Amino acid sequence: MNQATLTVAKVSDPTVVITLRGSWTVSGVLPALDQLSALLDCGQLKAVAFITGDDFSWDSRLLAWLLACQRMLESSQCQFDLSGMPEDVGDLFRLANTVPPNKALPQRHQSLFHHLINRVARLGDESMELLAFTGDLALSLCYWLSRKGSARWSDIINFCHQSGPSALPIITLQSILIGMILAYLGMVQLRQFGAEVYVSNLVGVGMVREMGALMTAVIMSGRTGAAYAAQLGTMQVNEEIDALITLGIKPMDYLVLPRTLALILTIPLLCLYSNILGMIGGGLVATSMDITWLMYLYQLRDAISSGDIMTGVFKSFIFAVLIAMAGCRAGLACGRSSAAVGQATTNAVVTAIIYLVVADAGLNILFYHLGI
Amino acid sequence: MSQLRQEVVIEACGLTMKYGSNLIQSNLHFQISKGDVFVIMGGSGCGKSTLLKHMIGLYEPAEGEILFSGQSYFSATAKQQLAMRKRWGVTYQGGALFSDKTLAENVALPLEQYTTLTSKDIRDMVHYKLALVGLAGFEAFYPSQISGGMCKRAGLARAIALDPDILFFDEPSAGLDPLSARRLDDLILQLRDSTGATVVIVTHELASIFAIGSNGVYLDASTRTQLDTGSPEYMLNHSKHDVVREFLSRGAGGGEYADE
Repeated sequence: MNQATLTVAKVSDPTVVITLRGSWTVSGVLPALDQLSALLDCGQLKAVAFITGDDFSWDSRLLAWLLACQRMLESSQCQFDLSGMPEDVGDLFRLANTVPPNKALPQRHQSLFHHLINRVARLGDESMELLAFTGDLALSLCYWLSRKGSARWSDIINFCHQSGPSALPIITLQSILIGMILAYLGMVQLRQFGAEVYVSNLVGVGMVREMGALMTAVIMSGRTGAAYAAQLGTMQVNEEIDALITLGIKPMDYLVLPRTLALILTIPLLCLYSNILGMIGGGLVATSMDITWLMYLYQLRDAISSGDIMTGVFKSFIFAVLIAMAGCRAGLACGRSSAAVGQATTNAVVTAIIYLVVADAGLNILFYHLGI
Repeated sequence: MSQLRQEVVIEACGLTMKYGSNLIQSNLHFQISKGDVFVIMGGSGCGKSTLLKHMIGLYEPAEGEILFSGQSYFSATAKQQLAMRKRWGVTYQGGALFSDKTLAENVALPLEQYTTLTSKDIRDMVHYKLALVGLAGFEAFYPSQISGGMCKRAGLARAIALDPDILFFDEPSAGLDPLSARRLDDLILQLRDSTGATVVIVTHELASIFAIGSNGVYLDASTRTQLDTGSPEYMLNHSKHDVVREFLSRGAGGGEYADE
């Protein structure tokens, strides 16, 4: 195969004729453009004519080179004359030039600093939006209670089924293991004081006041909160939400409220279930060491008061509202692409867990000061 | 009829649309009379669908307003807005059917919300509306079980459930084969003739534009404003703008469709 070469000849002063020889193809090596610009006196160039020489062959590579050449000579606005080239080359070159290139730049990713500044500036907006969303949800609940809203019991029961019974297996596994972990932790520490029997207190109070509610909520935010975000996000992508609005139905009444009510109904129940299984799990560990079931249960009865149970259930009620809000808000704010649905789901889980942890800390401080 | 045609149902007054700070279209002026089939046309990305979404109240205009029989949607009270919405039927590009509901439940939804019909009456009504769009017998199907064209028609059945005065279509024939597109056009015209509804339609299918359009507006992507308004035939033959004539004749410069 012949090496691609070119020779430059000046015919009349502003016009230059360039002869191309050899193989101008993808597999060959083409002369560098800087080399050409050194040969040409770019400043006064008015027209460049290309003609073919010996053994000339070409493919897209030639066109790419010609376009690069044209970009290099753009400032001098010289004419390209391709009449000496094969007809197809001229046609393709014209085709590539029919639509002038776009000058505007796409939006660049911002620098980290700007990104941070924007995020901080957006925090204010976001908390206002959250407040507005909460208000809307409360209004929608009032409408529903006064029998004007469009949430339907059939929907609520359907969502209850999705979020409640179907979540039992994973809650079972999780609760038994948490109970066992607490029991191991307690046994090792309490043995130092010979107070092994108090492992019941640790497991019981730990589950009922804290772990049952929190861990159930974490599981539910990953399971149901994410599902809500994905459902509403996909509805947003399919324009189903727009369709609802134009039918005069508020998404808040029709989509968000039934989901929230379903979670409010199921999560406290799941929390109670989780408490019981956690205590059983703790018992399994305790009795495998040097405590009998009778001692364990007897001590457990003394350790837990109904106030403790109510505390946990109240927490899980608050968590249910937060999970539903995080999920539904992320879904409704979803963009209109499939990537946005994924982002909305991530968002739902992350915000839900942040809400949970912050709310849990706040509630614990509150209960401590109220002496509950 | 001629007197009816005078009645202006929708009017855009100096409408400017923006996404954030991004200008989409500015200074739009047009009037839509009762019984019109009004075509919003223009090249890709010029804001046709955005204009439609402004008309149905999903987006608020940046400037100017859209008047429905002299009443602006965004300055109306919530009760008036709901009343206006009940008079509109909207079909979306992909049908936008609720995927967790059967076709019957989809069409029944507006009826359950706004009428006091019994469930049996609603069932009959749903059957009638689905039969109108050629989907009788598909009541128990889910949107995922039928084809894209059928989804669009089912979306139309839901849009006409409450016998709307104004029907909005977002690209009804996009993604349909020529025959189905033609049938949909005929269906739209029949519905217009039999119910006296006004039709607003976003499309860039030339065949549709000339087959059903009686009025229209051309939005230009580069100047970001309307270039012309009037019937498609009028624009094709008399528009001052080359772009409009080229668009309406697929680049041939005018005349091709004028005889039809």
